[in-house]
Amino acid sequence: MLHFNFDYYRPSSIDEAVELFDKLDQDGKKPIYLSGGTEITTLGRLNQVFTKAVIDVKGIPECNVLDYKQDSVVVVGAALTLTQVWESKILPLLGEACVRIGDRTSRNQITLGGNLASEIIYREAVLPLLLSNSTFVVAGIEGIRQLSVHKIFKEKLRLKRGEFLVQIKVDGKYRKMPFYIEKKRKSERVDYPLITLEALKVDRSIRLAISGLCAFPFRSYEMEKELNNTDISIEERIDRAILRIPAPVISDIRGSREYRIFVLRNTLLDALIYLGGVRA
Amino acid sequence: MIEKLTLDINGEQWVATVRMADTLLDVLREKLDLTGAKRGCENGDCGSCTVLADGLPVKSCMMLAVDAIGKKLTTIEGLQDTPMQHAFVEKWAFQCGYCTSGFIMNAHALVNQHPDATDEIMEEWLSSNICRCTSYQEIREAVKSVLKEQRFDRKRPRNRR
Repeated sequence: MLHFNFDYYRPSSIDEAVELFDKLDQDGKKPIYLSGGTEITTLGRLNQVFTKAVIDVKGIPECNVLDYKQDSVVVVGAALTLTQVWESKILPLLGEACVRIGDRTSRNQITLGGNLASEIIYREAVLPLLLSNSTFVVAGIEGIRQLSVHKIFKEKLRLKRGEFLVQIKVDGKYRKMPFYIEKKRKSERVDYPLITLEALKVDRSIRLAISGLCAFPFRSYEMEKELNNTDISIEERIDRAILRIPAPVISDIRGSREYRIFVLRNTLLDALIYLGGVRA
Repeated sequence: MIEKLTLDINGEQWVATVRMADTLLDVLREKLDLTGAKRGCENGDCGSCTVLADGLPVKSCMMLAVDAIGKKLTTIEGLQDTPMQHAFVEKWAFQCGYCTSGFIMNAHALVNQHPDATDEIMEEWLSSNICRCTSYQEIREAVKSVLKEQRFDRKRPRNRR
């Protein structure tokens, strides 16, 4: 039960949504956008989210697009559920990340945009989007902006006030590139990650993105550079990459800092063997 | 904001006066006396509040009631006398019974959506629910028995007249 009440709006166009936000914001309603609604119902119950007005973007056609034409761009609407993205098989790199989030029933409700904009730190759906240099389409009162994931997702989704995520665009060439993904949990089949690691092989080099290791998901060019240094042994490459982790490693009830690094080391080895064809 | 909502539940139209912030679980239990969906963690973890929306399982604690407008909802009250209900009884797939309605909803959707579900698919679906009494083995057996029965029914030759 939520202990506060709010007004609910379901606009049918982008313009209607951003104008509504602007008006409600000026009226002091502290509006928020939602699509799946799973976060406001769970965090709201704990008084970690508060609003007097919600704007549900599910009714906006552009937020529900799922499109790919031969040799073109994959377009995925932000209001699609993780189950829809996974079942569509439109972008395996993304689908395989989505299917590891939450549990099957929750994925019928959690949306792609909701995961990317989540208050919870893991935001695992961003990993393939960082690896594929995707483009985020966002809408605000000043119009539509298309931005590189690397500009708009820095530790978390950096939207201007009143903006919402409409779509993600990914170059179709990434549909068939080899990738590796592993989500390591403490013990349960369904849980937040100790680490989720996704790696993509582009030509002969490996790209790497990780969630759960630090307080935010990231792609690290410094770690990639070390991993792709084939002049040294695979173990040395991994050791050097671990020295390049970009922020403090999490130490919590799911795993200590040392254990997370141990798991990372083994998972990197598996990823390199799988993608690089190197000898174990 | 308080509004009168009409929800399609178990093939009937139900009207309730609700707050926009009410979850579907709140409305089912407190406004409509459909108490089969159980209040558990209220955090989307346990699955005891599972209902079907357009045939797919959802956790009603994580869904706003207003979001359910226009969807065909099914609650455990709508699954009376179904094969899955009988299978849970026959296989003793419960102990305290608190999680049972959520498990039956999920399992019913599973056999409808995936009549040829593999063990892997079944595990994936069932891991959305938690049974504190650990009746997992019996629950698996119940689901498998319904899948087996469905397969047998599909293979059985039909009378042609």
